[in-house]
Amino acid sequence: MRHFFRTDYRQDLSLYRSNSERVWYAILAVLLLAGPQILGEFYVGELGGLFIFAIAGVALMLLVGYTGLISLGHAAFLGIGAYVNAVLLKQGVPFLITLPVAGLFTALCGAAIGRPTLRMSGLYLAIATLAFGSIVGTVFQKWESVTGGFDGFAVPTPYIFGIAIDNTTGIYYTSLAVLVFVLWVSANLLRSPIGRAMVAIRDSEVSAQSMGINLARYKTLAFAISAGMTGLAGALFAHYVRFLAPDAFDVLLSVQFITIVFVGGLGSLRGAILGAAFVRLLPQFIAIVRDELPFGIGRLPGLEPSLFGLVLVLVILFQPGGLNGMWLKSKAWFQEFPFKRQTSYRRQKSYAKSERLR
Amino acid sequence: MILFQADDISVRFGGIRAVDSVSFDVHHGEVFAIIGPNGAGKTTIFNLISRIYTSTSGRLLFEGQEFTHTPPNKIAGMGIARTFQNIELFPNATLLQNLLIGRHCHSTVGFLPQMAFLPSVRRAELHHREKVEDVIAFLGLQRYRDSLIANLPYGVRKVVELGRALCTEPKLLLLDEPSSGLNVEETEGMGFWIEDIKKDLGITVIMVEHDMSLVNQVSDRVMALNYGKVLAMGSPSEVQSHPEVIKAYLGGDLEDAA
Amino acid sequence: MEDAARILQLVVNGAAAGCIYGLIALGFVLIYKATEMVNFAQGDIMMLGGFVAFSLIAQWGLPYWLGALLAIVITAAFGYLLDAFVLRRVIGQPQFAVVMLTLGLGFIFRAVAGITWGYDSVGFNTPFTNRTINVGGLILGADNLSIIVGTVLLCLVLYVFFSKTRLGVAMQAASQNQLAAYYMGIPVRRIFSLIWAISAGVACLAGILLSPVSMIDVNMGSLAIKSFAAAVIGGFGSIPGCLVGGVLVGIVEQFAGYKLPAGFQEVTSNVVLLLMLIVRPQGLFAERMGKRV
Repeated sequence: MRHFFRTDYRQDLSLYRSNSERVWYAILAVLLLAGPQILGEFYVGELGGLFIFAIAGVALMLLVGYTGLISLGHAAFLGIGAYVNAVLLKQGVPFLITLPVAGLFTALCGAAIGRPTLRMSGLYLAIATLAFGSIVGTVFQKWESVTGGFDGFAVPTPYIFGIAIDNTTGIYYTSLAVLVFVLWVSANLLRSPIGRAMVAIRDSEVSAQSMGINLARYKTLAFAISAGMTGLAGALFAHYVRFLAPDAFDVLLSVQFITIVFVGGLGSLRGAILGAAFVRLLPQFIAIVRDELPFGIGRLPGLEPSLFGLVLVLVILFQPGGLNGMWLKSKAWFQEFPFKRQTSYRRQKSYAKSERLR
Repeated sequence: MILFQADDISVRFGGIRAVDSVSFDVHHGEVFAIIGPNGAGKTTIFNLISRIYTSTSGRLLFEGQEFTHTPPNKIAGMGIARTFQNIELFPNATLLQNLLIGRHCHSTVGFLPQMAFLPSVRRAELHHREKVEDVIAFLGLQRYRDSLIANLPYGVRKVVELGRALCTEPKLLLLDEPSSGLNVEETEGMGFWIEDIKKDLGITVIMVEHDMSLVNQVSDRVMALNYGKVLAMGSPSEVQSHPEVIKAYLGGDLEDAA
Repeated sequence: MEDAARILQLVVNGAAAGCIYGLIALGFVLIYKATEMVNFAQGDIMMLGGFVAFSLIAQWGLPYWLGALLAIVITAAFGYLLDAFVLRRVIGQPQFAVVMLTLGLGFIFRAVAGITWGYDSVGFNTPFTNRTINVGGLILGADNLSIIVGTVLLCLVLYVFFSKTRLGVAMQAASQNQLAAYYMGIPVRRIFSLIWAISAGVACLAGILLSPVSMIDVNMGSLAIKSFAAAVIGGFGSIPGCLVGGVLVGIVEQFAGYKLPAGFQEVTSNVVLLLMLIVRPQGLFAERMGKRV
């Protein structure tokens, strides 16, 4: 374990834990900014998609990983953001306005579903959000005057200062900018009273209340923030796919988002990004090895959802810390080398704690 | 001078009267102990004061103001803090974060400034950090500052629980069985801390306790409960020699049963 | 007179559909009461059970009753093994980890079913297919009636089992207080696996009863979300509660399909579910519990 020597409380508040971290992030920033110049168009496009999923991943991580509120209907928020953005663009509103408006509107929707579900605990909240996602999906299909129903909705081209951004490079930079913004806001929240309130709600609601935390306000806020960020991702998603079909925002997409959060590792922002990378890479991986799989498995429909399922099962059974957990373990291994202890990595056995009485 | 007053409070769970017309008041700067056998309703009284339960009768007054129907999350802001019998800390956060959550009721920054971490938020955070460090110094928790609560031993967690309550800068502190799970030395240490809290910090303490040595060491007045009703109230020696109290703990004579 | 017949038809159809929802909900509730895990793959186990019955009856030619019974036993064994080898490992993890695990398992089951039996709908001959029964001048489908009767019988059997037999009482004990059950010498983990077995068997029965009405196919398990509504209405706690909830949802759905414009029927159960969770989450039957601190 690396220990940091602090001489000032400000150092604890900082977003970077040490000067070497700042250097690493600076290098990463340079590489990312230079991305489209170095990589081919295909990879730039893929990274753009990854950034969008990472934004949704961070949003859901704040809700599930940090506040402990599970949502199986987040695809609905992606869809709301996408449609609001597209519809406003069609009316001639400039992109620099439709983007934040999409985010804000989706945030309000998040607050609207967050408020009535306040007293629901894990299981019931999961079911309620599942039902909510389903209902919103049906609304997308039926409200044909606005969304075009199954005919689809061709998304108009967005312009920022006169530059069309719905090409791969434009999406890459715009999504990267929004991702950095979302990460910055999340990191700020996590080092502020709001972030601590969220963690308190996750760990012990009764105790949180005696510390003065208004459960209703913070749970609704968490939903609103999470939905708003997902709405931003949705607006970008609309330009990534260019054509909106209502059945794109189904349960399978919600499960993909949850997979991002779980596979990435609950309770870490880095995990959201790693999870998004994993979830985006998996279909590519499947596409590549499809023909090599024995028994003709590769040619079967329904392979993708089943692989998601398999991944979820394996992660939960064997690596509940997710990719972030694995990252931290390997970092620790390198730092402690050669003093690695067998038991450092063994999971603690835990006993079932009743969640009926939270 | 009376800081807190409970006036004829009651609560029922199904058919059981957990707290039955209890009245007592607590004076400024005193340590007031509540004793009684298990199931007597002591923790329930704390839950009534913290407004986790709502009293079905009577009133609760703090500094002369009634708070019988105040929502539970406003209690900390009023100046009442509590610890929990079974330690309700936040296990997946560090000790420092747990204590900082104790400062929440004193947080004045709005939502948008926090999203951008404006300088006003930064200043508030540094201020809260200093206050928390005062409590850490008071309780001697420096070496555990960055440890996750889940990794700390029970005795330390009890102290952290106390520390978190102190971080709210309370005027009234409710301690629920502060010595449960502690050995003799740790219990004595807890006693010294309670005395320091009373003398140096000027905080009024209401304490639910089973350990009579601790009760004798620190309390000014004692109230004994059984089956939700008040049996006796007075100085520690008065209450402990009260016949009803002895009967509650040890059982009555065979003659009385006839 | 025609309207009354129409309404009765809707009620019977709704009750039959509701019984299926109730049976699946029953599976959820049994597992939840015991282990606090929710099995989001319950619908998919129903689907697997239906396919197994199909294989036994239609492909291997076993007589209906024998095939059905054997299918139930096989599915129950599958449920037992599932708990023993997979679910037991996640004891102690937060509840939503288990939710995700079972969701993942559901996906896997669907893929396996698709590989083994293909993606087309299949069916098999039952004594109730395409037969009707004349009840006081009204013609009702024997298949729907068989569902209702079968469900009621099953619930009676389960009621007797849980309240009168030693094993059933032991299961109740284990579900209420694990530690105390251990002290009483009850092999808690084996009991939980048995509960999973019963749940799986019930799901298989639901699939078999459903097959004459709607064929068996890989996506049959998506009914499960409607059973959530049933389980919630029943308070996630009682056997009769599940049934009542299921029948309520089923009948409301039928009437919604009759009265509302097309396409709204599918959303009805979701709306009912959401409303129920918001307005009365403890269901119509259960009491609320709070944490003692």
